[in-house]
Amino acid sequence: MAIGTVAGLFSGLFGVGGGTVIVPLLVLWLGYGEREATGTSLAAIVFIAAFATAVQAAYGNLHFLDGLLIGVPAVGGVMIGTWLQQRLATRSITLLFAAVLVAAAVELLLE
Amino acid sequence: MIGAIAIGLAAGVLGGLLGVGGGVLFVPGLVIFLGLSQHQAEATSLLAIVPVALVGALNQDRYGNVRRADALQMGGVSIVGAAAGVALANVLSGAVLRTAFALLIILIAAQLVRRTLGQQGQISAGATERAVDR
Repeated sequence: MAIGTVAGLFSGLFGVGGGTVIVPLLVLWLGYGEREATGTSLAAIVFIAAFATAVQAAYGNLHFLDGLLIGVPAVGGVMIGTWLQQRLATRSITLLFAAVLVAAAVELLLE
Repeated sequence: MIGAIAIGLAAGVLGGLLGVGGGVLFVPGLVIFLGLSQHQAEATSLLAIVPVALVGALNQDRYGNVRRADALQMGGVSIVGAAAGVALANVLSGAVLRTAFALLIILIAAQLVRRTLGQQGQISAGATERAVDR
């Protein structure tokens, strides 16, 4: 219950799925394994993001076509990603991802 | 447009690998490459997340990694939180929201690094720096 509420708030506020909150909480509070937490988080995010999208649309912020332009190719990406996750040590990828995030943060701060 | 598609593809791969919906890359991608405002980018990111998370969840379910009852409960409960979060975002100015988001993704990056190094146990600082610098 608490995880869902916190994740929803987080997702709505920042426009993200909430996986970064859900996954660690499932692991820490409910004793999930890493992959179970990942899978269950993704399923919850479907609902969370759909609700938050509807509310944002009511505020007139939604760019529907851009959402599709990014979201549809990402579906192909996520299939590759979930396939790779079962087979790869993700350590170096995670570190690379962290570097990309920091670069994006710097860019946003300079906007 | 090609940039947007590339962001989508890259974010999808990372989302599937790391169990996030990709929003942490969608939002900056939409702001930096498509010139959306922070509010527009967040709204649009949420839409893009839906198909990504759906396909990711279905794939994970095939591997037996989804606890369906827990996922449904979290999703159902999130309605109130999501509405409150969106309302709060729309009260804040774009600059405040963008700065908060930038700090958020720095925290996420730090968390990822810590988690990865924690799993790894002993690791040389030099190797870490090279990996992060790439």
